[in-house]
Amino acid sequence: MNRLFLRTIIARAYPRVLGFYRRPSWLFMEFAVPVIGTLAMVYVYRGLGAPERFLGFAVLGGAMLAFWQNVLWSMATQLYWDRDGGNLELYVIAPTSLVPVSLGMAFGAVFPTALRAAVVIAFGSIAFHVHYASGALLPAIGIFGLTLTCLYGMGMTLGSVFLFYGRDAWHLANAMQEPVYLLSGLYFPVRALGGFAALGAAVIPMTLGLDAMRQLLLPGSVQLLPLGVEAAILGIQLAAFAVCAQVGLTVMERLARRDGRLVSRAM
Amino acid sequence: MRAPASASAIRTVGLRRVYRLRGGEPVVALDGIDLDVRRGELFGVLGPNGAGKTTLIKILVTLLAPTEGTAQVDGLDVVRDFRALRPRIAMVSGGENSGYGMLSVREQLWMFSQFYGLPSRPVKARIDEYLHRLGLFEARDRAVSALSSGMRQKMNLIRGLITDPRVLFLDEPTVALDVGAARDVRVEVRRWMDENADRTVILTTHHMAEADELCDRIAIVNRGRIAALDTPAALKGAVESETTVDLDVGAGDDILATLRAVDGVVGATIRAGETAEQLTVILSGDAVLGRVITTIEAHGRDVLTLRKREATLEEAFVRLVGSGIDEADR
Ligand SMILES: Nc1ncnc2c1ncn2[C@@H]1O[C@H](COP(=O)(O)OP(=O)(O)OP(=O)(O)O)[C@@H](O)[C@H]1O
Ligand SMILES: [Mg+2]
Repeated sequence: MNRLFLRTIIARAYPRVLGFYRRPSWLFMEFAVPVIGTLAMVYVYRGLGAPERFLGFAVLGGAMLAFWQNVLWSMATQLYWDRDGGNLELYVIAPTSLVPVSLGMAFGAVFPTALRAAVVIAFGSIAFHVHYASGALLPAIGIFGLTLTCLYGMGMTLGSVFLFYGRDAWHLANAMQEPVYLLSGLYFPVRALGGFAALGAAVIPMTLGLDAMRQLLLPGSVQLLPLGVEAAILGIQLAAFAVCAQVGLTVMERLARRDGRLVSRAM
Repeated sequence: MRAPASASAIRTVGLRRVYRLRGGEPVVALDGIDLDVRRGELFGVLGPNGAGKTTLIKILVTLLAPTEGTAQVDGLDVVRDFRALRPRIAMVSGGENSGYGMLSVREQLWMFSQFYGLPSRPVKARIDEYLHRLGLFEARDRAVSALSSGMRQKMNLIRGLITDPRVLFLDEPTVALDVGAARDVRVEVRRWMDENADRTVILTTHHMAEADELCDRIAIVNRGRIAALDTPAALKGAVESETTVDLDVGAGDDILATLRAVDGVVGATIRAGETAEQLTVILSGDAVLGRVITTIEAHGRDVLTLRKREATLEEAFVRLVGSGIDEADR
């Protein structure tokens, strides 16, 4: 990997990490909102008299939600906003390429988002005495890392789609928000959807990642697929998204240059 | 890869760009541009709104593909060799809102330099040097979002300079700046050019005085075509045989179209004043003046004052384009 590539990643991550420190109001949005959301789900399960295990489910789901929102709102739409501000033009005419620019966005976002997920887990675990199988912690972290990388690969791929289709894609993403929460099983075992629906939902890396993590951390959970298979599929997804992201960004740049879509102009 | 040693910093042949919008008529933004800008030149592109100046720049900086024709910058084709070209160019646009508001001026400049792969330590020293030069050093730690538009524009110019491009593109760099800030920008551009004879600047502008003062040569662009291309002195010389008259006229009906139709009137522009309107007409000879005054008065408008004057670049522009530069879509 060359220097330009690395410097670009660091430079693009910089304002993201910094923004987190310099805007305290973000703290509230970043932490309070997901905690409250998780809390609501926990109380629903409690009210229904669900087994304790389900509380753990909700807490893990709430933590993962942080990443999903980050991928969709911060990663996928970032290039689009960057175009309106005129930054995209400057990224494009610089000798760097959009791949490290997008990676920089992702790395910059991982840190605050991971913190947010940790807060949700810590809060949920302490407040509701959720017990995790502690021996499975390391593999669970491994699955988490894999899922996360997959998600960001997906975010980068979506980034080029959003850029090219502009507001239409943005509205679509908005509309997909709720169904995705449902399908990925953020708050309940996805198996409950029925086998085929659940397998369909597995294209969203979060679905498999969550299911695998729950199998590891909350023994006795209903499983979608055996753990090893889930990990293997996640690995394949990761490779696929990596290729898609790179190809997507390159093709998008070429098409946008032809159609004049790189140019920051609301037309 | 080295560029072939060519004396041209920019060469375009038959450059055309058509925008196709969903459901609308195609817009021909550039309609056959042939340019040859020499290395070391400060080259101006002057034209009314919508003339195609920005489109030309965006093609030359590899942001936009030409619909037809070819363009080379620093000897490299903008379509085929865009990767090799990008390290050698930079672009700064007036009124640009680039970067991230919560970064400080210094941080923002550093961030953009990293996209050129420049080592941090020397580039930080260079940033400070330019901040001093443009009088921004005191504001170096201020958030970008808290800058005045003049400061922001100077910061953007610095961004274009620190990567040491061989060809620098400035799209209306002094737009919306007050007299002082605009002068600082012009002085710095000139100084930067004088520092190294190989540097080339392409600058678009609406300010006649700016083009006249700064540019070695000027292309006057109108409706996607080059209407004239020469040194400011030669462009002005071309209208010297003609007569330029400024008139203050009382308010009344629109007379511009009628005036332009008068035999012997080469061009006419109008500016609204506080109590009267200021009219500038270019006449093929002194004898036409009588007809002009008759026409104005026939429209029930009074001629309040009348002055003959030396030709400026503005007259050359009006002569070539037929209207004033800030008079879009009349
Ligand atoms: N992205 C775009 N999509 C469609 N049409 C465009 C686009 N950009 C420019 N145009 C059209 O192309 C023509 C030339 O525009 P351009 O911006 O190049 O002119 P300009 O000389 O820079 O004008 P100005 O002085 O207002 O900056 C105009 O008619 C404009 O409406
Ligand atoms: Mg323009």
